[in-house]
Amino acid sequence: MKSAYHRLYKIFTITHIMEKIKSLSDLKMLQESLSAKINLREKINNSDALIQVKVAMATCGIASGAREVMEVFIEEFTKRNIDAVVTQTGCMGYCYAEPTVEITMPGVEPITFGYVDIKKASKIIDKYILNNELVDGIIPVNYETIDVQ
Amino acid sequence: MGKIKYHILVCVGTACQTAKSEEILKNFKELIKVKGLETEVQAIQTGCFGFCENGPIVKMMPDNTFYTKVTPEDCSEIIDEHIINGKKVDRLLYVSPETKESIGDSRHKGFHKKQIRIALRNCGFINPENIDEYIARYGYQALGKVLTELTPEATIEIIKKSGLRGRGGGGFPTGLKWEITRAVTSDKKYVVCNADEGDPGAFMDRSVLEGDPHTVLEAMAINGYCTGADQGVIYIRAEYPLAVERLKIAMKQAREYGLLGKDILGTGFNFDIEIRYGAGAFVCGEETALIHSMEGLRGEPTVKPPFPSESGFFGKPTNVNNVETYANIPPIIMKGSDWFSAIGTEKSKGTKVFALAGKINNVGLIEVPMGITLREVIYEIGGGIRNGRKFKAAQTGGPSGGMLTEKHLDTPIDYDNLIAAGSMMGSGGMIVMDEDDCMVGMAKFYLEFTVEESCGKCSPCRIGNKRLFETLEKITQGHAIAEDLDKLRNLSNVIKDTSLCGLGQTSPNPVLSSMDNFYHEYLEHVHNKKCRAGNCKSLMQYLIIAENCIGCTLCARNCPVDAIAGERKQAHLIDQEKCIKCGACMEKCKFNAIFIN
Repeated sequence: MKSAYHRLYKIFTITHIMEKIKSLSDLKMLQESLSAKINLREKINNSDALIQVKVAMATCGIASGAREVMEVFIEEFTKRNIDAVVTQTGCMGYCYAEPTVEITMPGVEPITFGYVDIKKASKIIDKYILNNELVDGIIPVNYETIDVQ
Repeated sequence: MGKIKYHILVCVGTACQTAKSEEILKNFKELIKVKGLETEVQAIQTGCFGFCENGPIVKMMPDNTFYTKVTPEDCSEIIDEHIINGKKVDRLLYVSPETKESIGDSRHKGFHKKQIRIALRNCGFINPENIDEYIARYGYQALGKVLTELTPEATIEIIKKSGLRGRGGGGFPTGLKWEITRAVTSDKKYVVCNADEGDPGAFMDRSVLEGDPHTVLEAMAINGYCTGADQGVIYIRAEYPLAVERLKIAMKQAREYGLLGKDILGTGFNFDIEIRYGAGAFVCGEETALIHSMEGLRGEPTVKPPFPSESGFFGKPTNVNNVETYANIPPIIMKGSDWFSAIGTEKSKGTKVFALAGKINNVGLIEVPMGITLREVIYEIGGGIRNGRKFKAAQTGGPSGGMLTEKHLDTPIDYDNLIAAGSMMGSGGMIVMDEDDCMVGMAKFYLEFTVEESCGKCSPCRIGNKRLFETLEKITQGHAIAEDLDKLRNLSNVIKDTSLCGLGQTSPNPVLSSMDNFYHEYLEHVHNKKCRAGNCKSLMQYLIIAENCIGCTLCARNCPVDAIAGERKQAHLIDQEKCIKCGACMEKCKFNAIFIN
């Protein structure tokens, strides 16, 4: 189980060589290229768009089993040859429903699932990811996030 | 197998449920079956959309249509029109009260959401261990902007104009603090991030550090530029290992990109950050105690002045700000002071993060604009009180704050209103209590915490709080007399007036506030020896109803202190002197012969 987590770390932490950013315009250029990359990944109706899974991994999430849930996603995706990006993120704020997982299917608004244990994680893959069928425990996003730009 | 094409999301939050949302869901499920749409359409329940006044809410996916005030009778129209004919049911769309325009898409700006995330903007969104994701969200551009386009004075002016006040609890204007530190001449200055979050039930800062560590680093660098410091120190408790880990990763990545260190972004500005660990003492959240702890000394406060802005870390001018305060800085720089000051109330601008805890359905982390009411927080965002119980009070400000009660439900939450209500903003812990919570017991709980956490340097806090705690204990045990209540109030006021630092000056607040709002409960404890919430064990009596007792001896055999006596087949009796109120007898009794008085 541990190896999957470490493998993930290799994949999703920075792999390119970090060069110093020498000026504000360099920083802006980097921002543009990075967000273009992310947009491509998320682009609606893009056949190359990937399934994205974000697992809330703050202390509270990890304490309620988010790490194991993340491993299930990674292992199942590998086993079933599903192209997906699994990443960790911080607290989504839904402590009552930890572990929480946000799933973005290409072209569809992200859906956040609460109370995701190992069993539910497999169920989400079977039902939602493979068959677009929702499962119980959906948490509607009821906040607005500011756009810094 | 064909894939599901449409989803009908029905809110079954508390408010929508009372408005028949379960029936709506049932109707949808039946209609889908009857019309043979099972392979294409799925109806499912969801949590609260936070839009309760317009409930029941039904959301259609994938087109994000948002229907409000839906009745069970509307279901067939929605299926026929929306799904089969592909036309929205106009009469059920939300009509914006301002523009009178019907809004069909839930992502439309016209949907006024109760929560606005500024400090938490990246939490739960980016991978906190990858600086690229922060940069993709315009990270470090605020720093770039101030370094290349703004003077320190102009930057401070933006912060001042934004109206941002310290989010650690005190609410001191942030820009003014920066200006004061800047005005002091010194060969070395420091900026400090106070991450010593210690209130019971509070975890706002931890979440920011774990979810978006770069925003704190960026804001500290901006602060350094403004105040003239080249060194930042993060004071964080060692009990936050994950936050520490992610901060370290963030600092390493920022250094590799040259966003910390020498000559940042080629502007000649040098700034770096180090971490100092706290051992988890509550008093170290007080800035002078914090600084002493960072210096390796005992974490004790000293008299102000001198303020840290003049003489702080190693005697040098030091600017201390809280994590959440920092998290607000980059958006203010990027979007301007007018944008920020448009949110909130007259004297409290922006948003506040609260950690909702206690007897509430949706325990969690929320960020709401200042000026929101307690009612909205508890009933709409928090989903109401657990198990349908009645709201009694909400403690804000942790052990330094006070209780807000039913009469405060519609008061706009901001720094000044909370103080007027006998509480304070504090760092953002909000513990909700229902009718099963004893208010004297709550005050005692907080006092126990302060007694434990008092550093002992000044006598009012060291001795006074201990006496307060003992008096509260006496009350909850039923040994107090009327005079004790006066003593409690007098002593509280003395401690407030004479303590050295903020800890002691605020520690009697839970006592005073609970006395102001729930004096009748104090009186009941003292005069009637009664605890209406049934929390105070000493005031409870386990009694046996003689008629129901058949004398099976089960209770007597299970009593750990042999407090139950009686012959076989005869009614038993509990010796109240010996009884420790463990409840084992009541649990074992099969004849409902034992009750609590």
